[in-house]
Amino acid sequence: MKTILSGQQLSLTVKRLAHQILENNASLQDTVVIGLQPRGIFLSDRIVTELETLVTGGKIAYGKLDITFYRDDVRKSLHIANSTDIPFSLENKHVILIDDVLYTGRTIRAALDALLAFGRPSKVSLCVLIDRRFSRELPIQPDFTGKTIDTIISQKVKVCWKERDEVDEVVLI
Amino acid sequence: MKLSTKHLLGIKDLTRDDIQLILTTAAQFKEVLQRPVKKVPSLRDVTIVNLFYENSTRTRMSFELAERRLSADVLNFAATTSSAAKGETLLDTVNNILSMKVDMVVMRHSASGAPHFLAKHIPAAIVNAGDGINEHPTQALLDAFSMKEKLGRLEGLKVAIIGDIMHSRVALSNMYLLRKMGAEITIAGPPTLIPKYIEEALDVRVEYNLKRALQWCDVANVLRIQLERQNQPLFSSLREYNLAYGINRRLLESLGKDIVIMHPGPINRGVELDSDVADGPFSIVLNQVENGVAVRMAVLYLLAGE
Repeated sequence: MKTILSGQQLSLTVKRLAHQILENNASLQDTVVIGLQPRGIFLSDRIVTELETLVTGGKIAYGKLDITFYRDDVRKSLHIANSTDIPFSLENKHVILIDDVLYTGRTIRAALDALLAFGRPSKVSLCVLIDRRFSRELPIQPDFTGKTIDTIISQKVKVCWKERDEVDEVVLI
Repeated sequence: MKLSTKHLLGIKDLTRDDIQLILTTAAQFKEVLQRPVKKVPSLRDVTIVNLFYENSTRTRMSFELAERRLSADVLNFAATTSSAAKGETLLDTVNNILSMKVDMVVMRHSASGAPHFLAKHIPAAIVNAGDGINEHPTQALLDAFSMKEKLGRLEGLKVAIIGDIMHSRVALSNMYLLRKMGAEITIAGPPTLIPKYIEEALDVRVEYNLKRALQWCDVANVLRIQLERQNQPLFSSLREYNLAYGINRRLLESLGKDIVIMHPGPINRGVELDSDVADGPFSIVLNQVENGVAVRMAVLYLLAGE
């Protein structure tokens, strides 16, 4: 087991990601944040909290998306759905999609498909905490990355959050 | 996590966890149905045949809509316009359909046990959409979903099931389901329409006085009088039935409490429910129909995996 990000590094990384998002979308006008269920939500919650302290007015359009029904392996293995909560239209919005780990890219493929059910966004950007860059099965790359790592398939990246796992850290198993 | 069964033949075969899983999944599908695009690609490689040997409006349309919303390919079969009218047996019909590579069969049949018979002989997954006077599992699931949505729980809920218990597959599925989920049940209706020994067999209470049953309950699930299944007179006239067991606004207002009124449809207006109740503020009949699509999507989705 190897630590990729300690608690303190994790918190700095979240702050940096929020600043990078803001740097590229100065006023956050017409920008919405969508976290991916289940585990991307811990990251998106923190980024949204951070963003709200940074922008004047302090209210970010924030939704949660579950992609279970859009997976490409429904008939191979059954997954239990989590709730989706996007109480606004995505028509002509800039969507910042947030997930914890980018691995094969299949989840993001499904998420792009799912987003279209809520309108046609003008742009979609991807923000991830960990990018396992040599494991991609689809041509999908992040726009905002916490940390890029090189891993092999037998390894597992575990992202722990205080809210759920009692400690903030990212480890490689 | 997955269902403990390959088919949905009846609530009798489901575990409490199965029911919980279907209801939670249905809640997610209900959210899908509020989106601007109400369709998901989950079952795009699945072909489903709707095999209806008995008339149906709601159930057939609800299943078909659920299948289409899941992106499945849908085949419809109605016995009256098919070769079944020429005398083809059920098993022959189904085997012919399956040879065209169909993955799931949704079936309604007037013979109790017909889907159980099919399940023994064919490899496809079967969903029972009502078999004779036995079970109508998706109706019980959508009833439970609607009760939970309206009142927040099933455990400890007091449910009165009123009317033609004897001929009602909805009643039987509801009783199995609600007992498994910890609700209390009172059956009410004329003695001729209530099967003997039902109290011991299904662990329910029986009440012959309608008003007392309504006063006791949180929810009244009112059933349709099924004249097509009654081959001997079991009460003297519909008018008399309405006088003793029909529910009207005046009766509800005299209870001194609010109860929820449900009905699986089609309603015989002026028999088991008067229009001022069916269309009134206590009725959640149309919510039941709306929830039916989400619940059936959940069932099909959960049974589609291999």
